[in-house]
Amino acid sequence: MVVEKVKGALRVMAVDQRASKLGLTRGLTLADARARIPDLSVAESDVKADVAFINRLAELCDRFTPSVALDPPDGIILDITGCAHLFGDETNLRTKVSSRLSHIGVDVRATIAGTPGAARSLARFSLIGIASQGKDEELVRRLPVAALAGLERDTVVALLRAGLKTIGDLADRPSQVLAARFGQDLVTRLVRTLGRENARITPLRPLPAIIVERHFAEPLMQAEALEGVLSSLIDDAVCVMQERDEGGRIFEASFFRSDNAVRRLVVQTGRPSREAALILRLYRERLDTLVDPIDPGFGFDSIRFAAPVTEQLKAIQPGFDGGIVDDDTVSDLVDRLIVRFGSDRVLRFEARDTHDPDRRARLVPASNPSVSADRNRVMPRTLWPTPERGEPPHRPLQLFNPPQPIEALAEVPDGPPLRFRWRRVLHEITRAEGPERIAPEWWRKTGGAQARDYYRVENAAGCRFWVFRQGLYGQAEARPRWFLHGMFA
Amino acid sequence: MSRDTLSTSRYAMKCLAEDHRSSTTSLISFGASTVDNAVGGGLVRGGLHEIYSVATDHIGAAAGFAVCLALRAAGSRQILWVRQDFLDTETGRLNASGLFELGLDPARIIFVRAPGAEGVLRAGEQAVRCAALGAVIIEPWGQPKILDFTASRRLSLAAAKSDVPILMLRASASLSHSAATTRWSVQASPSRALEANAPGYPAFELNLLRHRGGTAGHEWCVEWDRDQGCFQDRLRFEAAPLSRPVVSISRDRSAAAGTAIPKLSRAG
Repeated sequence: MVVEKVKGALRVMAVDQRASKLGLTRGLTLADARARIPDLSVAESDVKADVAFINRLAELCDRFTPSVALDPPDGIILDITGCAHLFGDETNLRTKVSSRLSHIGVDVRATIAGTPGAARSLARFSLIGIASQGKDEELVRRLPVAALAGLERDTVVALLRAGLKTIGDLADRPSQVLAARFGQDLVTRLVRTLGRENARITPLRPLPAIIVERHFAEPLMQAEALEGVLSSLIDDAVCVMQERDEGGRIFEASFFRSDNAVRRLVVQTGRPSREAALILRLYRERLDTLVDPIDPGFGFDSIRFAAPVTEQLKAIQPGFDGGIVDDDTVSDLVDRLIVRFGSDRVLRFEARDTHDPDRRARLVPASNPSVSADRNRVMPRTLWPTPERGEPPHRPLQLFNPPQPIEALAEVPDGPPLRFRWRRVLHEITRAEGPERIAPEWWRKTGGAQARDYYRVENAAGCRFWVFRQGLYGQAEARPRWFLHGMFA
Repeated sequence: MSRDTLSTSRYAMKCLAEDHRSSTTSLISFGASTVDNAVGGGLVRGGLHEIYSVATDHIGAAAGFAVCLALRAAGSRQILWVRQDFLDTETGRLNASGLFELGLDPARIIFVRAPGAEGVLRAGEQAVRCAALGAVIIEPWGQPKILDFTASRRLSLAAAKSDVPILMLRASASLSHSAATTRWSVQASPSRALEANAPGYPAFELNLLRHRGGTAGHEWCVEWDRDQGCFQDRLRFEAAPLSRPVVSISRDRSAAAGTAIPKLSRAG
């Protein structure tokens, strides 16, 4: 028995079969229930766990149809339009769903009907398994008014008091009267439940643009066989994409294990693609580098391959000079690297409009289409400052973040250092240039950052460094501190 | 066919194949005549080139040399740079503005951050197989076990096949047995001072330790000329220094100010 605190009192929310035989019902306070049967085993309700569980069940049902929706708090709706024949017929499908769920210890009431509204009411308030074609309304009319989806308790009581006991009674009344008394909402629900209006369910996972799948008579276990199936699924999907002149950027393969576990593998490409060989290669790489390899366990029941998002992709004819081909292979390489390392590790530099050396460049994922090297597009992007002819580099090749503190000895307060000690090594400065003062960006909250005087210095061995003095002499702190910020080539 | 004729024809075939190869292999020239003359016009493009820095202070110079060499090799094509994460803390992050000031547009770089040495090698090998790239630079840290002779041979073969150079920057590593085409030891060289004793153009002291199919043991001192996009011999400059403006000395300051005992103030 499960209890939950409602308005300050612990009330019974759910009872198992034994408890219901003892006459305990939902809504009873725990104190009352305890008074009747002293030795109750009581559990606190855990709404989050319930939601998680129902989500897992929905995931499990995903193998029957891609379109699965939740019917809170305790229902799952499957849209089996066009799916039933894959499992024989509707009766077979229903038995399969029920038995699979019963196996994991869930009490199932499953009903197949013409519309989601009718099905959910029939499943909850009748013992009808499959409502035959066109009989929805007739069957639903016999149900009590409480079967209407999402009806408030008060409304139900009011309807009962008015003598309207079944949905049929309601349906016989003119809808204007009902709407005037109970609101338009009730009428909408009524129409939906009667199956006069077919409200589409909102699937948990959006329906992919392209989906192909294969069910096996026997669970599949060998890795080679799996790859073979995946490859033929990809071929099928590619055929569909070719017909539609589309290409996918994201592909998802779902492996449904016979013990109800589902493993999904996603690969992404930088640009829309419909090359079977490329996609298969990406998958091979993905399978190679999985931290937890796919465990076939007792085998896979079915495999599904989907392209959730597709984009227009016209067939491209390579130029005579092979220019397009060149670009393609680099982006293919980027795709492969992304599959192996993740998109946050395959990057591209982008300039930012700031003078703060640490923030001057930004690393963005190379797969990001807005930054991908599109040679023909002119982008209003921030450019790097063009260095003057004949000038040596003014910015180091490597930049320490955070800057490394050094002990420096300067000739004059505002001059470059004469020598400094970094990582326990003393560097004698032979050449220096500066200062170049870089002030912090006061419009950003930098937390009391001070202006920095940068010097380009070179030691006796020829190593060139970028050092700076934080703060000025005679200001605030007793002694400004020195840092090494970067190394020049 | 007798055994002799078979072996002679085989030999002839081999010669032909080598002839064919040498006529088609492209070279990376330095632009500096002394280096180019010594290495026979340039380095073999499709090869593994190892670049060691003599000490940790000189890592900047080694990286700079790698960038310049990649620029010479890549033309206008893209460059892939693979870096082990650990290097960011040890030698500083790669600075895009600094790359630009060496003449390499950062937009041409695909930058891959690999968590370990194995990732660096995998990414490097995968990248070097892509013939559309201009050059590949990889930076493993230290002396990883996985980087043995076999690994370097794999990289070298892949580079030869695609004709894309792969430059391996060896930060804080000691010399080890490898299948590299060339091996360089690089250190920074004091630059020619500009006005007011400012540090000048990037200068490198190069030591060619190994050169497969060529002579090794050379030492050069070169400077990188960003505007021309090529290396310049340092000897030539030293022999005949270019005329350049000299800081004018103001009337109220003696030219010998530098000889006065500097007033030292301790800082830091």
